[in-house]
Amino acid sequence: MSTDARYTPYHPRWYRRRVSVWWWLKKGSYTVFVLRELTSVAVAFFAVVTLGLVRAVSAGPEAYQRFLARLGTPLFLSLNVIAFAFVLFHAITWFNLAPKAMVVRVKGKRVPDAIVAGSNYAAWLVLSGAVAYFLLRG
Amino acid sequence: MPETVTLSVARYRPEQEGEPVFQEYEVPFRKDWVVLDALNHIKDRLDGSLSFRWSCRMGVCGSCGMKVNGEPKLTCAAFLASHLPGPIRVEPLDYFAVVRDLVVDLRDFLGKLKKVKPWLVRRHEKAIAEGEYRQTPDELDAYKPWSMCINCMLCYSACPIYGLEPGFIGPAAIALAQRYNADSRDQGAAERLEILSGHDGIWQCTFVGECSKVCPKNVDPAGAIQQYKLAAATDWLKALLPWSGK
Repeated sequence: MSTDARYTPYHPRWYRRRVSVWWWLKKGSYTVFVLRELTSVAVAFFAVVTLGLVRAVSAGPEAYQRFLARLGTPLFLSLNVIAFAFVLFHAITWFNLAPKAMVVRVKGKRVPDAIVAGSNYAAWLVLSGAVAYFLLRG
Repeated sequence: MPETVTLSVARYRPEQEGEPVFQEYEVPFRKDWVVLDALNHIKDRLDGSLSFRWSCRMGVCGSCGMKVNGEPKLTCAAFLASHLPGPIRVEPLDYFAVVRDLVVDLRDFLGKLKKVKPWLVRRHEKAIAEGEYRQTPDELDAYKPWSMCINCMLCYSACPIYGLEPGFIGPAAIALAQRYNADSRDQGAAERLEILSGHDGIWQCTFVGECSKVCPKNVDPAGAIQQYKLAAATDWLKALLPWSGK
């Protein structure tokens, strides 16, 4: 056996790709994901509007009327429509994902995903109906 | 059906080029051929210098994961016929360092896998004379889907979080941690929690959900991570309660 073989430790020269800033545009599902993350902005917007409403109510009828008038402007109407669309998207994707995170077992058997998601939707409908009933009955 | 199909294969020869280039090969089209068969045809008949990993050719070993037309796939299960008319683009898995051509460096994943202790952890081993640890069919079902993982790393290649945060433990390793946590014979959940609830653990995941879509074994790592999040959050809340005794 020859003894003059020279062994060098293996050391690869790796190629590392950098992730592009636009990675989320490369695939439809990635774009949907980033949009879903952005819906948090719309949720925050509604929270701020609600806080503003509470503040206006506590400041008296005049401030309340002024607040309502501001909400009626085209700017606020269009902002509300956009934010509402985002919040709907948020709610629907959230409910669809619920069965993945929550595994419900009844008598040792896993409850099918459709029932877990369906009960979320049912609760949403019932609660929305209750709110609508209280707001619209008078 | 065409006579031949073109494969556009990513080549990276570090002694020759600074970044990958694509090389086209024309291979015979056969309807029973998968991309891996075409790569082996190239290696045997057209260009012996092409490097790629493979072993079992039947979706068990998890070695032949590559990107086929941009999607992470096991090349032994990606039929040429499903990717016509071509050229079929074959690239190494995303987010891993490329060693050569289609071969990526596995060490990052293997290190992470070891960290989550993917084996049965026992506080006290039973003596062999006491017999085996028994399980009911329901106890087996609780972890069986996650035990199907073949460590092919397609889920890492599909996970943009792993691309952006290379420290992230990642889908397969977390699913395998969950596989042992859910095993009635295991007592290591508390040891794994330290790794999994740490900075690079479950909370890095923002539930893109692509890992579960590309998994060739329907392991559903995304589900495993979300269930783990729910369990970790519930434990944390319980520990806050005055009567928890913690």
